[in-house]
Amino acid sequence: MMEIGLTHYLVLSTVLFAIGLVGVMRRKNLLMLFMASEILLNAVNVAFAAIGHYYGDLTGQMFAFFVIAIAASEVAVGLGLLIIWYKRTDTIDLDTMTSMRG
Amino acid sequence: MEAIAFYLFAVLTVAMFSYTVMSSQALYALSSMAAGMIMISAFFFLLNADFLGVVQIIVYTGAVMALYAFGMMFFDTTRAVKEHNTSKVIVLTLSVLATLLVITIFTMPIAAENISAAFPEPAGVENPKAVGIVLFTKYLVPFEVAAVMLLVAMIAGIVMAGKKMDRSLTKMKEEEIAMMHQEETQKKVTL
Repeated sequence: MMEIGLTHYLVLSTVLFAIGLVGVMRRKNLLMLFMASEILLNAVNVAFAAIGHYYGDLTGQMFAFFVIAIAASEVAVGLGLLIIWYKRTDTIDLDTMTSMRG
Repeated sequence: MEAIAFYLFAVLTVAMFSYTVMSSQALYALSSMAAGMIMISAFFFLLNADFLGVVQIIVYTGAVMALYAFGMMFFDTTRAVKEHNTSKVIVLTLSVLATLLVITIFTMPIAAENISAAFPEPAGVENPKAVGIVLFTKYLVPFEVAAVMLLVAMIAGIVMAGKKMDRSLTKMKEEEIAMMHQEETQKKVTL
C-alpha cells in the first residue's frame, strides 16, 4: 500500500472545496447555502491540519482553531439575520433579495 | 493501515458532502452534513491533531448542527425553493477555479522547499498539551480576540433571534413598540 503524503490530503481538501463551491453556486435556499459554506471552511481546515502535520508545526492547527471559532460565530449571526429576513419577507429564497437593485 | 483509513474516510466524506450539496430535502442534507463533519474529524485524528478532532466533533456536530436544526424547524423548508441553475457562465467559472486550485496544489512542493516550522511541536508532550502551550503563549492575543468575537456573536444572535419570538420587533413601527411597552407596564401595575 502506498504511503499517505501531504499531496493526498491536499487533493482531498481540493475535492471537498470544489463540492462546497458547487453548493454555493447552485443553492437558492439560503439555509442550504450556509451549509455549503460550512463545507468550504471544513475543507480548508483539513488542509491546514495536514500541512501543519507534515512540517512538524503547530501553526496549522492554531489556524484551524480560529477558523472553527469564526465558523461558529458566522452561523449564529447569519441565522439571526436570516430569522429577521424570514419574519419580514416570509421567504428564504436568495432571488428575492433584490431590494438594492438599481 | 493508515492508507486504508484515509481512503475509507475520504470516500465517505466526499459522498456525504456531495449528498449535502445535491439533496433537495433539508433534513437529509442536514443529516449527511453531520455525518460528514464526524468523518472530517477522523482525518484530524489520523494527523495526530487529537484536540482539533475533539473540537471538531463538539463544535460542529454539537453546536452548529443544533443551530441548523433550529433554523430548519423555524423556516418552512417543506416549501420547495427552485434551484435549477445551469448557467454556462457559472459552470465555466467553477471549472476554471477548480483547475487553478489543483494546479496550485501540485506545484506547491516546488514552492515549499524552504519552509521551516515557526512553532515546532514540543518533544515528548501529548498533542492537547502542546496545543495549550502554543495557544497560551504565542497565540494569546488572537485567542482573546476570538473570545471577544464569540461573545459579540452570542449577543448578536440573542438580540436578532431571541426577543419576542411571537411578534416581530423589526417589522413594527417605533410607536407600536412604545405602545407594547406601555401595555406591559400597565399590566404590572394592575397585578
